[in-house]
Amino acid sequence: MSGIKDLLFKMADDALIIGHRNSEWTGIGPVLEEDLAFSSMAQDKIGHAFALYTILHESFGEAEPDTLAFKRTEKEFKCCQLVELPIGEYDFSLMRHFLFDHAESLRYEMLANSSFQPLAQVAKKVKGEIKYHVMHADSWIKQLSNGTEESKARMQSALNFAFPYALGIFETVDSEKELIDSNVFLGEAELQKRWLENVSAILQGAGLTVPAVDPSKAVNGGRKGFHSEYLQPLLTEMCEVVNTDPDAEW
Amino acid sequence: MDHSIAITEQDIWLALERVKDPEIPVLSLVDMAMISKVELTNEKCVIHFTPTFVGCPALDMMKRDIKTEVELLGIATEVVLDMNNTWSSDKMSTEAKTKLEKFGIAPPVTIDDSELTQEALDRVRCPHCHSTDTTLRSAFGSTLCRAIRFCFACKQGFEQFKPI
Repeated sequence: MSGIKDLLFKMADDALIIGHRNSEWTGIGPVLEEDLAFSSMAQDKIGHAFALYTILHESFGEAEPDTLAFKRTEKEFKCCQLVELPIGEYDFSLMRHFLFDHAESLRYEMLANSSFQPLAQVAKKVKGEIKYHVMHADSWIKQLSNGTEESKARMQSALNFAFPYALGIFETVDSEKELIDSNVFLGEAELQKRWLENVSAILQGAGLTVPAVDPSKAVNGGRKGFHSEYLQPLLTEMCEVVNTDPDAEW
Repeated sequence: MDHSIAITEQDIWLALERVKDPEIPVLSLVDMAMISKVELTNEKCVIHFTPTFVGCPALDMMKRDIKTEVELLGIATEVVLDMNNTWSSDKMSTEAKTKLEKFGIAPPVTIDDSELTQEALDRVRCPHCHSTDTTLRSAFGSTLCRAIRFCFACKQGFEQFKPI
């Protein structure tokens, strides 16, 4: 039981926090289409977070989705540190989106066959939406890596920077074993293996060098509640309106 | 509740046809295949409703519109979100797709549960001049369910309902 809850919390928190970060591109995207793309993906991600928090509420007696999103402490969040990082320049945001959404796509594909039905149902739906996110990321990674010398160098350096954080997506917690044993989820190690195959094919095809997978460099901690210095300021901002009047009826 | 004339399931479906998708006002929620089940008892009516996109911001509005429209028939109505049924653009009827194209939005191509590919996305006909010489400009448009395309024949941008 606690294994499924851990899985739902980390997935929902990843989606909520990356959704918030994506929304920070609204109005300032490098071109109008990218402004729309990051804003639309933000809306999708927050929808995914809502669906997962709803399962926690309905199947496990956790608080209402809004309460889970807005009234937990930093330590209670289980997102990976990759999603917490500030949006930075567009090259970083694009690379993060690419690395993160390839993992999301595979994760939801696996979970569409989960023995835990409420999650399998959500996964069947979400995996179709994530396809568009992946397609968007792939096409820009290819274009910019094959653009000018400067654009290629920027993509490579964004990749080198983001890669150890991306490995943190797959940080495991003790309760994972029961999920694998009960066919709820195939596990982070298997996910990472499939993810590496998929992202490497695109990155190499685009002429970039994939950094070596060095587990000692993986930026872990997020799944256990240890976060970067960037999460708390994000939560403070995200919850600012709610905190002006915590008991207001919306 | 005491009804002088009994309400039938048919009446409910007719009422639901009057509820339009707020983002595509020519299509009803029935056209969109978003109503998965209608349960009718003497006391109340329960409408099961399947969202297109999980994060669609119009969900609450549609739930409210359904309740308002069906309750005009004089029966208490409850609208529940049906997550056990996965919506797909393939479920939209041919008639609905024709209405969509007339409205100026290219209808979703059929994907038949197979993998969504770039090729599938390229088989799109311009709703203005019907040329298939079109290209994807952005997979994301004015709403979550639409992409932006461009037609080389009539040199117009247009929107497409995303196959999903």
